[in-house]
Amino acid sequence: MRIPKHADDNLTAWWGAATDQKQKQRSDGGSGDSSSSDSEAGTKKLAKRGEELKDEMDSLIDEIDEALEENAEEFVKNYVQRGGE
Amino acid sequence: MQKRIYGVETEYGIIFTPDGRKTLPVEKAIRFLFEKLITTEHFLNVFLENGARFYQDTGCHPEYATPECASPRDLVIYDRAGERILEELQLYAEEKIREERVSGKLSIFKNNTDFVGNSYGCHENYLVDRDVDFYYLAEQLIPFLVTRQIFTGAGKVFQTQDGIHYCISQRAQHIYQKISGTTTNDRSIINTRDEPHADREKYRRLHVIVGDSNMSEYTNFVKIATCALVLQMIEDNFINRDFTLRHPVKAIKDISYDTTCKRKLRLENGREYSPLEIQREYCEMAKKYVEQAAVSDQLRQGLTEWDHILNCLEEDPDKLDRKIDWIIKRKLLEKYIAQRNLSWHDPRVFMIDLQYHDIRRDRGFFHLLERKGAVDRMFTDAEIEKAKTEPPQDTRARMRGDFIKLARQNNIQYDLDWSNIRLGNLLNVRVICNNPFETDTEKVTELVRTIQRTNLRRTSLSKLVIQS
Repeated sequence: MRIPKHADDNLTAWWGAATDQKQKQRSDGGSGDSSSSDSEAGTKKLAKRGEELKDEMDSLIDEIDEALEENAEEFVKNYVQRGGE
Repeated sequence: MQKRIYGVETEYGIIFTPDGRKTLPVEKAIRFLFEKLITTEHFLNVFLENGARFYQDTGCHPEYATPECASPRDLVIYDRAGERILEELQLYAEEKIREERVSGKLSIFKNNTDFVGNSYGCHENYLVDRDVDFYYLAEQLIPFLVTRQIFTGAGKVFQTQDGIHYCISQRAQHIYQKISGTTTNDRSIINTRDEPHADREKYRRLHVIVGDSNMSEYTNFVKIATCALVLQMIEDNFINRDFTLRHPVKAIKDISYDTTCKRKLRLENGREYSPLEIQREYCEMAKKYVEQAAVSDQLRQGLTEWDHILNCLEEDPDKLDRKIDWIIKRKLLEKYIAQRNLSWHDPRVFMIDLQYHDIRRDRGFFHLLERKGAVDRMFTDAEIEKAKTEPPQDTRARMRGDFIKLARQNNIQYDLDWSNIRLGNLLNVRVICNNPFETDTEKVTELVRTIQRTNLRRTSLSKLVIQS
C-alpha cells in the first residue's frame, strides 16, 4: 500500500478556506485592481499562478479517477448492509 | 462534572466484491479480520493493547470501542487509532482471502448508511453523575443534539422521489424517537441504556446515538467538546433558556435537508428559530458560563472553534471546507462534477460519497485530501500511531492495556470486560476496578508478579478477588 510520507501542501491554494484571504487577494488582483504599476510582470505571475492552480486541480481529479471504484454503479447497488447496533 | 470519561463506539460498513464467480460471505471476511488478534478471549470480541475493544456487532459490522478517555482530544486520537488498527487487519484479511483463492476486493467504510436505507451507528458515551435527573438532562440536551448536525454531519447524497439531495447528516433519516431503550428499531437521539461500566451508585452513562461517524479530526473534536460543554452547563443548572422543539424528530430530518442551516423550526413555546440560531444561543450561553465556571482548556478550545464555525456558517458554509465533513465532501463532489461535466445522478457521485469514508488510506478520498493538505488536522500521525498500542495514561484503560501486554508476554490466560480482569487457568483470579479514573498499574503488575511466583499453571488458586 503506497502512502506518501508527507502531505503535499500545494492543494491549499485553490481548495482551502484557511488560505481564503490570500486567495481572494490573488484572484481580486487578477480581475480588477491590477494597477498600471503592477504591469506585465504581475500579469504573468498571475497567469502562472492560474496555471498552477489548474494543474493542482487536474492532478486531484486524476487521482480520484485512479482510485475510484471502476464499476461505480454495480458497487453502489450492491453496497447493502444489515442494520447495526 | 469537570472530570469526565468519554468513549465512542464506531460501527464500520464492510463489503466483499468478488471479481469472478467465487465469492466470500462477509461473515468469513470478518473472521479473517479477527484472526490476527491472537488472544485467549472469546473470538470476535477482544480487548486491545491500547485498552480499546474490538468486536463483531449486530448486523455483521466490525465495531471498535475506544478505551476510556479523559478528554475530547484523546477520544478523537483513539477513535482514529481504531481506523488504523482496522486498516492493518484489513490488509491481513486481504492476504488470507487471496490464499483462499478468492479474487475480489474487501472494502471497509467509516460511515453510517448504505443506499437502501440501512444504518449503523457511531455512539458517543459520556459519564454523568447519578445525582442528575436523567430525563431533565436528556430534554435539555436534545435541542442541542438535533441542531448540532450543521457542524457535525458527515454529508450524504440522497436519491428520493423528488430527485437528488445533498444532506447534511448520514444518520438523520434513521432517527425515529427522542429517547428510547433500543438501538436497532426505533432509533432515538438518546438511548437510555445505562451501563456506566463504573460504580452505579455514583455514575450513569449518557448514550448519544444520533451522531454521524466523522472522518475529519476537527469535526470529531468539535462534536465531542461542544457536547461535553453543554452537558456540563446542564449539570450546573446554567441553561436558562428553553429550546424544546415541537417536533424534534421531524426537525432532525428537516435540518439535514437544509444546507443553508437557516430555515426556521417551531419550538414548543411557539417561537421560531433556525438551527444556526439555536446553536448560537447555546454558544453565547457557554461563553458566559466559562467566565465563571471551572472548564477545562480543551472545552474552552472547543468553544472558540464553535464560535468560529457559527460565524462561518452565517456568512458562507464553504468557509469551512477544510474543517467540517459535510462541507469538505460537498466541495469535493462539486469540483469533481464540474471538472468531469457530470450530473448529480451519475453513479460516480454516489461512489465518491461512499469512498470518502474508505478507511484504506490509499483508497479513501478523505485521506486523499488529507494527504494533499486540503483539510485541517489537529493531531499528528505520531500521536495516532502511538495510540494504537499505548493506552491513555489517565484512565482505567491504562491498567487494562498494561495487563494485556504483560499477560501476553507471560502466556497467561485471561478474560476481560470494562471493569474486570479475570485470569488464571480457571480464570479464577479477578481484579475489579469500578473506578474508571483509577490508573494505578502497580496493582496489576504486582498481581502478575504474584501469579508468576505461585506458578498458576499448576496451582489452582482458591478464588482470589482484588477489589480496586
